Amino acid sequence: MIKNISNLGDSAVYCDFGTEVNETVNSNVINYFNHLTDFIKKGKIIGINNLTPSYNKLIVSFDLSLTNFIKLKKIIENLNIYNNIEKKNQKIEIPVCCDGEYGLDFDRLNQKLNLSKKEILKLYFNKEYFCYMTGFIAGMPFLGNVNEKIRCNRLETPRVKVPEGSVGITEQFANIYTFESPGGWNIIGNTPRKIFNKSNLQDPALIKPGDKVTFFQISKEEYFKFNE
Amino acid sequence: MSKTYFEILRPGINTTIQDTGRNHLYHIGITISGAMDQRNYKFANNIVNNKLNEGAIEFAYQGPLLKLRNGNINFGITGDIFFNIIRNNSQIEEGKCYQNYNLHDGEQIDIISSKKSVYGYLSVSGGFELKETWKSYSVNTKAQIGPNNGKKYCINEKIFIKKSKIENVKNNQIDYKDSFNNIVRVIKGTNFDYFSNQAQNIFFKEKYTVSQLVDRMGMRLDGPNLDNIVNTNIKSEGLVRGVIQIPADGKPIILLSDHGTIGGYPKIGIVISADLDKVAQLAPGNKLEFKEVKLEEAEKLFKEYTVETNKYLNEYN
Repeated sequence: MIKNISNLGDSAVYCDFGTEVNETVNSNVINYFNHLTDFIKKGKIIGINNLTPSYNKLIVSFDLSLTNFIKLKKIIENLNIYNNIEKKNQKIEIPVCCDGEYGLDFDRLNQKLNLSKKEILKLYFNKEYFCYMTGFIAGMPFLGNVNEKIRCNRLETPRVKVPEGSVGITEQFANIYTFESPGGWNIIGNTPRKIFNKSNLQDPALIKPGDKVTFFQISKEEYFKFNE
Repeated sequence: MSKTYFEILRPGINTTIQDTGRNHLYHIGITISGAMDQRNYKFANNIVNNKLNEGAIEFAYQGPLLKLRNGNINFGITGDIFFNIIRNNSQIEEGKCYQNYNLHDGEQIDIISSKKSVYGYLSVSGGFELKETWKSYSVNTKAQIGPNNGKKYCINEKIFIKKSKIENVKNNQIDYKDSFNNIVRVIKGTNFDYFSNQAQNIFFKEKYTVSQLVDRMGMRLDGPNLDNIVNTNIKSEGLVRGVIQIPADGKPIILLSDHGTIGGYPKIGIVISADLDKVAQLAPGNKLEFKEVKLEEAEKLFKEYTVETNKYLNEYN
């Protein structure tokens, strides 16, 4: 199921599951992630620091003083993978305000897509999204697939600061900035809902791989009232 | 009995608690954090006889001015740092890095600035009173995780110190000086072939300059643009410390301790583990050059780095 395994620097294994991005490929990635997580918990593998599943890749970073690329590559190649994903898919609804200062990139999108703000939003909201992965910053979900008519590259020069709660799109994906952060996505709005809660130590990230997400538009007034 | 603590009279520019970092959370987007210069962090703990993974104060450029309250402690500072100890008789003693000092109730440590490098470390014997979050003391200011509610220290805040007997701490000194060499060794990245032959040559031949846009997350470089001939975006995927990304503007970004866990810019290279401390210590305006090494050589260089680090550590343990 892994198409190719290579090294990412001297302290990470780069597992490539192919160029396609779809739910089947992503489920393979998550399956390997679950198996390796289980092995680490049971103490069957030493030296792994982190596992990062994404659309079609799994990055295994490790402590070079405890193991190395060749050893881990062998272990991963010889993993006995069986289908055991238990998916407790949640359905999550996210309110978004797209007014004025929240929709930072409509000028750019109007130009690139040749669509009005209204048309873009109609296509954006009329859709159920699938969570492929969580990351970049704590709890940020990567959701697909955005309607083909509103797909656009990321910014040529990333912003130094994207505001917390920003909802962005890039190519076939949508995401939510859980914290103020640098970033290059096209920002169409902002949500008042808390997507990452650090005081929930067991389960700090609201949206996890496999979850279904829908967005609905709210006014500025509703935005400010949301957390009251 | 009242607790011993530092009162922060001046916080400095970016003063936080750090340790070896926070692992096993990349998959929900929580990055490793940890001391930017792991070697100097370990040395700081070593000179005050701490466990090497005890939480230490990390500061950058201008450090804090700290007044000790309710007790006596033993402390040490590492890095390339200019600092003074203000004694109770108002005498100012110029501090030396890589050795430990006793500090008495009411005395102050004034960490004025780093000299050529950026980060320095302050450890106290016995350690600070800290709570772990996901098995680490490291502050992650972006996700607001770790001691001090995941924030930089501010004026008038307190940093509590565990009780310790300073009579038991012997004098320690490490005879170490950072060697500043501007060659950064890298392994080719997974998207190296996204760049034109010319860009590939430029990357390993030309000098780059550290721009003003540098923090614990990453370091943007100024220098010749690198021409991408395939695609300036990739499908977002996992990242590690040391990855060198090239966004569409053609200027490299080196990812550091608080880097995002996932990213969509092509990776032209990855800094080898042995050079990560050195890269983190480069200041805006510093020049650097990239040199290619193969995996086997990078592994060998990391062993040498570890042996060298341990050589200093073993001297006084």
